[in-house]
Amino acid sequence: MTVRVEREDFDVGAEVARLTVGRSDIGAIVTFSGTVRGGSGADAITAMTLEHYPGMTEAELARVEAEAGKRWPLKASLIVHRIGTLKPGENIVLVVTASAHRQAAFAAAEFLMDYLKTRAPFWKKEMRADGQARWVAARECDREAAGRWEEISPPR
Amino acid sequence: MPVKILYFAWVREKIGKAEEILDLPANVTTVAELMVWLKGRGPEYAEAFAQGDVIRVALDRNHVKSTAPLSGAREIAFFPPVTGG
Repeated sequence: MTVRVEREDFDVGAEVARLTVGRSDIGAIVTFSGTVRGGSGADAITAMTLEHYPGMTEAELARVEAEAGKRWPLKASLIVHRIGTLKPGENIVLVVTASAHRQAAFAAAEFLMDYLKTRAPFWKKEMRADGQARWVAARECDREAAGRWEEISPPR
Repeated sequence: MPVKILYFAWVREKIGKAEEILDLPANVTTVAELMVWLKGRGPEYAEAFAQGDVIRVALDRNHVKSTAPLSGAREIAFFPPVTGG
């Protein structure tokens, strides 16, 4: 169970290899990576800057990861979130979950992303093609996506 | 008791500072009361907290509701709804 917040880019293959090296108890690995959308037309952006709350971010991600570990029989997990200024197409976030069977890994990866989006203290500011900077607004559908896990009991 | 107050994203931009150390009056005992008190500190605070129901709060790095008591928290953060991922 690992959480990292950093400026540097990540290599999905290298992260998975590091997480699973020497492990024969893992049968399923799910990775999710999120990248910066460039948008188009009036919504086109040239860059996105991620601000966060140092200290709380790591604590909140660790709490979210621990909650996933309680709900599903995970063998390993990793969350990497980038901060600073990123260009369209660049990686922002990586979630890796590993379990004996695929169901737990799939569900836990989705859960981690849904919770991360509504709980981890990150804020995105977009630089638009017309030179205007704009804070990204939170989306109601992200709240709903996280909320549905309240009613879903862990498939142990 | 001095308390560290942190501001993030557009709350920080509107107030014009990222953090400050403040001595809170004894009658400020909840998050909501603190927001009202901060509003009175100047026009930049009044504007930042104008839509108080939008602003999220953390006490000692844990999310709380605006009705929460301050309970001796040493670090209080105000920020917009989060948008990571």
